[in-house]
Amino acid sequence: MIEVKDLSKDFNGKRAVDAISFTVDKGEILGFLGPNGAGKSTTMRMITGYLPPSSGTAVIDGFDILTQPIEARARLGYLSETAPVYPEMSVREFLLFCAEVRGFSGKNRDRAADDAMDRCFLKNVVHQPIHTLSKGYRQRVSFAQSILHDPAYLILDEPTDGLDPNQKHEVRQMIQAMGEAKAILISTHILDEVEALCPRALIISEGRIVADDSPEKLRRQDPDYGACTLTLNNPPPAGLMQELSSLGEVRKEHPDRDTNTAKLHIRPRQYQPDLSSQIEGLCRRSGTGINELFISQGRLDTVFRMLTTPKNAA
Amino acid sequence: MIPSSFHSIRAVFKRELMSYFITPVAYVFLVIFLILQAFFTFQVSRLFESGQADLRPFFDWHPWIFLFLIPAVSMRLWSDEQRQGTLELLLTLPLSLTAIILGKFLAAWTFIALALFLTFPVVLTVLYLGNPDLSAIFCAYIGSFFMAGAFLSVGIFTSALTRSQVISFVLTLIFCLLFVLAGYPPVMDMLGTSAPQSLASFIASLSFLTHFNTFAMGIFDLRDLVYYLSVIVFMLTANGILLVNRRS
Repeated sequence: MIEVKDLSKDFNGKRAVDAISFTVDKGEILGFLGPNGAGKSTTMRMITGYLPPSSGTAVIDGFDILTQPIEARARLGYLSETAPVYPEMSVREFLLFCAEVRGFSGKNRDRAADDAMDRCFLKNVVHQPIHTLSKGYRQRVSFAQSILHDPAYLILDEPTDGLDPNQKHEVRQMIQAMGEAKAILISTHILDEVEALCPRALIISEGRIVADDSPEKLRRQDPDYGACTLTLNNPPPAGLMQELSSLGEVRKEHPDRDTNTAKLHIRPRQYQPDLSSQIEGLCRRSGTGINELFISQGRLDTVFRMLTTPKNAA
Repeated sequence: MIPSSFHSIRAVFKRELMSYFITPVAYVFLVIFLILQAFFTFQVSRLFESGQADLRPFFDWHPWIFLFLIPAVSMRLWSDEQRQGTLELLLTLPLSLTAIILGKFLAAWTFIALALFLTFPVVLTVLYLGNPDLSAIFCAYIGSFFMAGAFLSVGIFTSALTRSQVISFVLTLIFCLLFVLAGYPPVMDMLGTSAPQSLASFIASLSFLTHFNTFAMGIFDLRDLVYYLSVIVFMLTANGILLVNRRS
């Protein structure tokens, strides 16, 4: 288990991370979201022991990162945002070095490096100096470094950054497969990725946790959650409009110009699971045919924006 | 899996030493070092014309050549890690700071030892010409090696101060110049006339030069060895403290 306890960090008197606490269990992938500068990387750097916290600590598998840093780090795999690698070394030399530092020697060392290269699709650049590689490859070399010792705990800071769509897909599948046995903390800006990968997401803003829930539940905070958008075959009679207004806030949207249809957006005053059937009933009674009905599931990015925009701006 | 500290030091040491030879820097350094040695020994000090089969003219130049070449060896040790961002990698691997510092320092020191070893033709030359005191020559080499270690320890410290190799080079040069000049005869004469005797001899005793002179004369004095080792331990400890307290 990764336990983060009241972690805080001040930079020149400014609070970058403010008493953050959470835990990640084995078999869990926790998505770590927040706008740039919210303190995601700083928090991860404190958990991995790179930055000394101003207060608080992180405990990995029972080992405190401040008092037993070597034991704690030995259990961690860390992919930093900057994907640090030694540019003059070849991919294989670099991974052999990492394996050696992780305590592998002889044949085990070679096997650990070769396995990591296989899993991160690095087979065809094994002997290339890293400085000749593209950003995507460097990212994968760094990723290979973080999983080479098969750690039980993974901290991944934007692991799919700089990858092409195919590689993103591969890496996501890999993370998902690893997530069954490991505790993974993953930061990303791609909200689709969070919905695809993480059963639980943490949103931070200005150094504080503002949400900690499943992406599904978070989407429900979207004011549009459960709202219906419908396209009618002909303009609605005034009576129907009035009836619909009693269900919620009705907004007319621009229909396609060449047809005689009308497009309405109805947002209930509070969530009603049977809103669509009520709308259907009303339309049928007034004899207006529905061409299309769409129920909004809420959007994570709307919720993200709501939670991370400073309140005083509104 | 937690590696032993010996295993860790060796891993860092190997990577560091290899990184000297991956780029042409190491070869350029070795060539310049050997050319300068030969130039000062044979052209400036005129070893052949001194009529003596000893290597004083050769060893007397060591502090001055080290002054310019050792900062070039040490400048990249930490500043490169900071510039490339690999410091974050290194400090999040299961390595103790002591193991990293020792690994890096020993790698650079080994490289200097190789450079010193490659000056062996000078020894062969005096052996061919006459009957030199080999134990004195060996002793001077030991002295030179430990003096180089002291220069390096200053260099690795300044390298941790900055992301820029150039700044590290200049700082090392200045620090080491002070250490050398404190025992340089013209400076000692000046201090002798203007400062109290005890202060003047105290300053001279802090100099790299003073302690090297005994070795160069072929005298092995444990106190000189202890002096260099203390400089090294002091600077490496300061290096560790500097890294622990970065950005806090």
